[in-house]
Amino acid sequence: MTTLDDIIGNSEHRSWFARIRSLQVFWVFSAAVLACLALTLLTDTFASDRNLFNVARNFAFVAIIAIGMTAVIASGGIDLSVGSSVVLSAMVISVAMASGLSFWISALLALGAALLVGLLNGILIAYAGMPAFVVTLGTLSAARSLAMVLSDNKMIWEFGPDHGILLWVGGGSTFGLPHPLYVLTALTIVMSLVFRWTRWGQHLFAIGSNENAAVLTGIPVKRLKVSIYMFSAFTAGLAGILMAGWLGSVTTNLGQAMELTVIAAAVIGGANLAGGEGTALGAVVGALLIEVIRNSLILLGISTFWQGMFIGTFIIVAVAFDRFRNFRA
Amino acid sequence: MSRLVISGISKSFGAIQALSSVSLSIEPGEVLGLMGDNGAGKSTLVKIIAGNFLPSAGEMRIEGKGVVFHRPIDAQREGIEMVYQDLALSDNLTAASNVFLGREPMRSFGPIKYIDYAHMNTVAAELFKQLKSETRPRDLVRKMSGGQRQAVAIARTLLSEPKIVMMDEPTAAISVRQVAEVLDLIRRLRDRGISVILISHRMPDVFSVSDKVAVLRRGQLVASKAAAHSSPEEVTGLITGAIETA
Repeated sequence: MTTLDDIIGNSEHRSWFARIRSLQVFWVFSAAVLACLALTLLTDTFASDRNLFNVARNFAFVAIIAIGMTAVIASGGIDLSVGSSVVLSAMVISVAMASGLSFWISALLALGAALLVGLLNGILIAYAGMPAFVVTLGTLSAARSLAMVLSDNKMIWEFGPDHGILLWVGGGSTFGLPHPLYVLTALTIVMSLVFRWTRWGQHLFAIGSNENAAVLTGIPVKRLKVSIYMFSAFTAGLAGILMAGWLGSVTTNLGQAMELTVIAAAVIGGANLAGGEGTALGAVVGALLIEVIRNSLILLGISTFWQGMFIGTFIIVAVAFDRFRNFRA
Repeated sequence: MSRLVISGISKSFGAIQALSSVSLSIEPGEVLGLMGDNGAGKSTLVKIIAGNFLPSAGEMRIEGKGVVFHRPIDAQREGIEMVYQDLALSDNLTAASNVFLGREPMRSFGPIKYIDYAHMNTVAAELFKQLKSETRPRDLVRKMSGGQRQAVAIARTLLSEPKIVMMDEPTAAISVRQVAEVLDLIRRLRDRGISVILISHRMPDVFSVSDKVAVLRRGQLVASKAAAHSSPEEVTGLITGAIETA
């Protein structure tokens, strides 16, 4: 006979495999691994060092911002302004460096500019109670325009005395791995721990699943929301600096429509637009899958026009999959 | 000594007199069923006790000591906890996380502070055991039944060793089996010496657990008597006004 103790003490999942199997990120990761295996067999270019290096670097930019986006989405919001924060940050660092400032000061200025966008988003959403979609749609437009004003809409490719440092940070590699990948790895580990083990992370998910409940239990919801949008803008600013170094030149169309790829990555990785769900690792795997799809289409000689069709299908399949799994449970 | 005594409590919002001179008391380990039609002043009275509103007139005493609540936190410090009708739970968090939401225990690893999940799960499991509820601390609240969700919401109030727990319509919109479960939870609270104020429309539920019933009609207390000396028929009459007072 089972006693109350047995029932209360039981875990929901019978084994670790049952636990892993219930995670969307596991299935998306499996899909990405399968795609990689297939490509290795089908083409002789995919598994080459050069190609893997490019894939690793390209997906890192989207993945970094997707982690910030996951925080916003898990809290029940949305941030459409990240693409514009990217270009603003990249433009601030290039203009500052071109004027002769050192890399570190310029980088701080760039992150500061991005954080200001996040602060504005957060204040308008949390304190003025405006819908996140509208506020960030506004800053999406405003921040890019600011970047154009700042650069007079010219391309910048001379970064002053610290030119080499910027290119090394964004485009260089250590032990054969591109630097953005190191940044991404560090961010993933730190944020996975923060989401799970800190009050900030725990309360973020609480706000996303029931904001009213979060208010009633005394969580400082407004302050927390501001910090979440600032974090998202911070990841965009970070990606902006890295992209400026990778490209070696900055134009005002940098990061255009990037918010949509980032949201797609977060959603494929298990972030729930209704709030309350999402993981840092999921965002990374989602971004990886999008990049592998993109890369494979090119390698297989399929027209790039088909890219949107594949990624779009994947977004819907990933979410539908999650739906069906919940139906069964 | 009475756990809570309210005397001559009135509340008006502009020209509207929501409560006029309501006096009521509740003993330790007593269940009070508070009834009345929509707009009779039940929520206003409960919100005054919970510290959401200041009364326009009248006073409250907890165990003989006069209290004035400006904010809900003042009421919580005096041991008054509220279980809201929508339960105020976060569906995507575990039962244990919900019990501790907003007051998570922390451990330190050098300068780094992190949430002590092990402690949360142990304490939550202990609370569910006391409530005799088959609720697993690690399960997500989203997957739980109405009765289990109620247990989570009640376990949260127990965390702070409350003197008075107020419950707003805890048996509305749940199945018959779960109603029985919730009524059992209320009896467990009573057995621990906690005073329970139960706000409900469901007459049979109120009479099956309450020691005392109080009826409000248009802001006035029209009855406050032992449940054993009343009946659902009488209370219905009092609510509608067919019976003047009792």
